[in-house]
Amino acid sequence: MPRKHGNSLLELTDRTKRRNAAEARFKAYGIAAIAVGLLMLVVLVTTIFSKGLGAFQQTFITLQVELLEEKLDKNGNRDLDDIKKVTTFGYAPIIRNAVETKVTELGVETPLKGKDMAGLLSKDAAATLREFVIANPDEIGKTVEFRFLAQSRVDGYLKGRVSRDSIENDKNISAEQLDLVDALVAADVIEKTFNLDFILGADASDARPEAAGMGVSMLGSLFMMFVVLALALPIGVAASIYLEEFAPQNWLTDIIEVNISNLAAVPSIVFGILGLAVFINYMHLPTSAPLVGGLVLTLMTLPTIIISTRASLKAVPPSIRDAALGVGASKMQAVFHHVLPLAAPGILTGTIIGLAQALGETAPLLLIGMVGFIASNAPDSIASGLLSPNSAMPAQIYEWAKRADPAFYERAWGGIIILLVFLITMNTLAVILRRRFERRW
Amino acid sequence: MPTFWLVLALIALSVAGFFLGRNRALVSAGGNSKDLHSLPSYYGHNVALSALVPALALLAIWLLVQPMIIDQRVSSMIPEETISEGSTIGLVMSDVRRVAEGLDLAVAEGAMTQEQARNLRSEFSDVRGRLGEIGVALGADVRPEVLRAAQTYRTLSNTGNIAMTVMVALVALGGFGWSYGRTHKDFRARNVVEQGILALLILAASLAILTTIGIVLSMLFETRNFFSLHSWTDFFFGGTWAPNFRGDSDLSILPLLWGTLYISVIALLVAVPIGLFAAIYLSEYASKTTRSFAKPLLEILAGIPTIVYGLFALLTVGPALVRFFGQGENGILGVEWMSGATSVLTAGVVMGIMLIPFVSSLSDDIINAVPQAMRDGSLGLGATRSETVRQVVMPAALPGIVGAVLLAASRAIGETMIVVMGAGAIAKFSLNPLDSMTTITTRIVSQLTGDTDFASPETLVAFALGLTLFVLTLGLNVLALYIVRKYREQYD
Repeated sequence: MPRKHGNSLLELTDRTKRRNAAEARFKAYGIAAIAVGLLMLVVLVTTIFSKGLGAFQQTFITLQVELLEEKLDKNGNRDLDDIKKVTTFGYAPIIRNAVETKVTELGVETPLKGKDMAGLLSKDAAATLREFVIANPDEIGKTVEFRFLAQSRVDGYLKGRVSRDSIENDKNISAEQLDLVDALVAADVIEKTFNLDFILGADASDARPEAAGMGVSMLGSLFMMFVVLALALPIGVAASIYLEEFAPQNWLTDIIEVNISNLAAVPSIVFGILGLAVFINYMHLPTSAPLVGGLVLTLMTLPTIIISTRASLKAVPPSIRDAALGVGASKMQAVFHHVLPLAAPGILTGTIIGLAQALGETAPLLLIGMVGFIASNAPDSIASGLLSPNSAMPAQIYEWAKRADPAFYERAWGGIIILLVFLITMNTLAVILRRRFERRW
Repeated sequence: MPTFWLVLALIALSVAGFFLGRNRALVSAGGNSKDLHSLPSYYGHNVALSALVPALALLAIWLLVQPMIIDQRVSSMIPEETISEGSTIGLVMSDVRRVAEGLDLAVAEGAMTQEQARNLRSEFSDVRGRLGEIGVALGADVRPEVLRAAQTYRTLSNTGNIAMTVMVALVALGGFGWSYGRTHKDFRARNVVEQGILALLILAASLAILTTIGIVLSMLFETRNFFSLHSWTDFFFGGTWAPNFRGDSDLSILPLLWGTLYISVIALLVAVPIGLFAAIYLSEYASKTTRSFAKPLLEILAGIPTIVYGLFALLTVGPALVRFFGQGENGILGVEWMSGATSVLTAGVVMGIMLIPFVSSLSDDIINAVPQAMRDGSLGLGATRSETVRQVVMPAALPGIVGAVLLAASRAIGETMIVVMGAGAIAKFSLNPLDSMTTITTRIVSQLTGDTDFASPETLVAFALGLTLFVLTLGLNVLALYIVRKYREQYD
């Protein structure tokens, strides 16, 4: 039945209506597709932040520790070598005493023995205390206030990851210990605060998720990025200048160009295989070293940098070259004195984007061994930063995701937040550079 | 690190060369730079480059070649019959290197003198114990031939290093002297320097070819080793993947290829419709403002590192799928079809999300490249927009879109982190998308991480897998670029 449309003389036939409906459907599919895409982004970002922000907070237990002289320095002469002889086992009773004193002082009733009370603390606590004493031998004999890491189950309990139901078969913590935790939280002895060590600290072993941090692997990534920047930028720019400004049109140039575009699409893991075979197996460079990681990532990033550099060289109008040649510059001078400076912002932008890509890459690093519990010591010099075994941020995240204790998952998400902060900063910088310096001719 | 100091000395020499060369040129022109053929700095650059570049090149080549020669010389010292059962020359050589490094360290720390290290005999002294004292742990007692090989190794490397330092220094000084001597006001410094720079530029450009050659050669070489240890018919046509360390592993690529393709197909089933419709909407319907915020937001998905997607698959999507399809009575659907979080579907869906922006921005470019006149013609004849898209724009853009899908497929096949974390480790032929399956990239990672022994087929198979992966993705890329290029010529 034809129907009038407003004041229009046009009458919509069934066929037109069908076509219009099909049109509306088609448009809706498009909107739905974009909505799904954006929804995925939102889900991803919310998941990351809801699960990862917890890693930046950690549960600490504040105790007054009496550093007994007869336990820590029997001779009483404050000789560092003697003090160093006391192992972390020697510190355990001191910590136990401190916990017991605190619990008695607060008047909390608990059926627990001292050993179980001290079990609320991280296994890291004794080592922390020992380090402090070795650094400050004068404090022996005094009572010092200390903030110890709580063990990961206590931390999980405060963050809602661990509940009284979930700990039934858990040998790391008991219901009585959680009662004590509740009492200590009420007395402000246990509290959750910002944890700088997660950002700056080193990785920790399987049993101590509460002590693990990203700092050392961040340094590993930093050293790799130095290598990538120092090699990929000059080589990439040189290659682009040749291909864009000097290369004659012949089969060799064609091969190089096809090669570069194909290298850009080679799976990153293949570069890892190359690195393992050439740098480690053949050249015997040290395994797990940021230098090797940097070399592999350089080869991987090079095509990206070359492609973007060529684009920005191409964007410089030929009149600039002509003018330079016209006043007597050589071709080389025209390129280096005039074209290159004008293309510099574009080159820089491309380089930053290439670096960001390299920073997030994981697969090749697994093959050259930058994974595992290795990010435990901060490098002490540039040479050791380049050559001694280290991890990298994404590899560290992968390592945490693989471990059995769910407490590490929170740290993996937290690590991703740190990684994303770096990536967002770099990309924003690239956008700002482009906006600020890009010239339209 | 003698190499480090050598490089530093070279750089210092070339900096000095720059000033000396420039000065000499100016002096030869009587201080008047107008009498010079080139600008003064070119004379300096000439000296600096001739001192630095040949010496650095020699250094690089020497560092590459020396280990190869020493390895050859030393491994020929180890008699065939002393290599014990189950061991290989490669393993013995790594022992030799460890002992040599241990001796180096012992000398460096003062636990031994050079003389002692050179004359140490395992018959008379406990080498393992003495090296253990300075923190070099050795797995077994040092056998006499290994110790002798290690001592030769040390002597050869020492001689090699000294020879290298001397040769590099000679080349640097030679280059310096020669170019310094040539520096004169009539010397065509600019032309020489520019030619040198051009040569460096060419060298940088050919690094891309070198990388490809490196990839292909390193994988071909190890793949050949693999096929000498393992039959190629089993690799290409066998039906099972079951590596073990007893030496009778079944290493067939087929189940891995199946897993890879299955996951990629699921990823494409997610990414292609969403990406394509998003591209159509953005280029044909969306207003400028919608486009300006939706496009960059979608592209953020492409900039997120794959480790994030991997974690998302492992810890979020996988458990969510288990809540639907697993857990029996307690699950949402009340079925028990899924045992763990890792599955083909988990990895496929997450990889699909990753590929959405890839498909959408490539298709967007291609749809935009279709000439507006074709749309106008279709709309002018009374077609609706969707009819125009379906019957005019799409057929015109089809080859390009096929190319884009092929590129996305190549990305999916080569993707590593998502499948390592989301797909599982069981190699099998199964049609059930909720089963955990494994892929080529996953197996490469697992065969090559940890302690790798380059003499066992279980390790070397990774190179054969890598080569297959390389050929596969390269083939897809070349095909895609060919299709895209052919299409572009039609309307321009």
